[in-house]
Amino acid sequence: MTTIINYNLGNPKSIKNMLAYLGIESRISADHVDIASANQLILPGVGHFQHGMEQLEKLGLVDILNKEVIEKKKPILGICLGMQLLTKHSEEGNLAGLGFIDAQTKKFILKDSSLKVPHMGWNTVAFQKESKLIQEISNNPRYYFVHSYYVDCTNQEDILFKTNYGEDFVSAFQHNNIFGLQFHPEKSHKFGMELLANFCKI
Amino acid sequence: MALQPRIIPVLLLHKGGLYKTKQFKNPSYVGDPINAVRIFNEKEVDELIILDIDCSKENKEPNYTLIEEIVSEAFMPIGYGGGVSSLTIAQKVFQLGVEKVIINTAIQNNQQLLADIAAIYGAQAVVASIDYKKSFFGGTKAYFNNGIKKSNHTPQKLAQIAEKTGAGEIMLNAIDREGTYQGFDIDLLKQIVEVVQIPVIVSGGASTNADFDIAKHAGASGMAASSMFIYKRPHRAVLISYPINYFTDDNS
Repeated sequence: MTTIINYNLGNPKSIKNMLAYLGIESRISADHVDIASANQLILPGVGHFQHGMEQLEKLGLVDILNKEVIEKKKPILGICLGMQLLTKHSEEGNLAGLGFIDAQTKKFILKDSSLKVPHMGWNTVAFQKESKLIQEISNNPRYYFVHSYYVDCTNQEDILFKTNYGEDFVSAFQHNNIFGLQFHPEKSHKFGMELLANFCKI
Repeated sequence: MALQPRIIPVLLLHKGGLYKTKQFKNPSYVGDPINAVRIFNEKEVDELIILDIDCSKENKEPNYTLIEEIVSEAFMPIGYGGGVSSLTIAQKVFQLGVEKVIINTAIQNNQQLLADIAAIYGAQAVVASIDYKKSFFGGTKAYFNNGIKKSNHTPQKLAQIAEKTGAGEIMLNAIDREGTYQGFDIDLLKQIVEVVQIPVIVSGGASTNADFDIAKHAGASGMAASSMFIYKRPHRAVLISYPINYFTDDNS
């Protein structure tokens, strides 16, 4: 059973829809019991970093996530804002994040002024390392992105995918049981399904 | 490198079915919307736009059951428009799994709504649909309420108002071209791209892949089309299609 963490932000229903299509059981919940009993956790999210942290704190989710992810090493997948919340700090609101991975969330400052922010649309990725998350996935996948901030990993060995938008940025990371995707697998057709299916087997 | 523009099929809902209009008039029945979405899903389209053309005309709320059914098996970004006249309604639509709400009438008479939605869901979740027609005397005016009511603003002005109040994207609809296959209105597209920073989706008149290429070079971030993807010409038989390799230069 996979628990999609409901902190009143983003699109948990779209993720549940895709998992249901894949035949994977999931629930959308902020209940501590549902988080503790899950095999995997997904932290979705669309919106403002500050609003996201405030909601996690308000719902009392920070401690339980620390316990499950850091102490018990339960797999967690952060998607978009969810990925950014796993980092130590974000420039959006100048606020500390959960700090599960040694990384910073920074605002896109692109040298090419013809490129619009947010980075919105379909883009490709370059694989940086092996991972259970990307076993037997399609060649040349494309994924749907929509974001104005990106994650900067301190340790290069945590980087799973890089994507180019004017410059290279980290579009996926993995540090042990901690995974993050900057794009939306739940909105990326079969390319996204492959990743979610793999994650729910970990 | 800039991203390739998104090619976006537009589906019109009317009386719970999938319909196609010409110049916003004379809806003709196409088929079952769920079935159409399933086909577009299999074709792995970049994005999908669903517009309920009855809601603002009849002052109705969206058909949540139908949207939920459509979204449950559509694994691409989805924009929904029609009857999104309050924050509560927008919230219900987002909860179904829709990414973007498309706002038209409220840009004219309730700009606070765009700001309110953007404050919670982000500007990227708010698409301002600017519908417009050319008048006999050469001027161009925006329209709202499904093309029925004339705005006192030009499309350029309304697009700027929408951007300022919270829209993250503009959908530019040439009412006169809709369903006519005469190509996009490239002149106005260029003018809008010039006056706003946010991405612009051009809509109305798509006929061939060459139209997408032209719009791309005119600065469009997305191209929406309906007849082209729903009918097979010359006899307008219903046949859903979606182009591949639509751009001449592949620099994605």
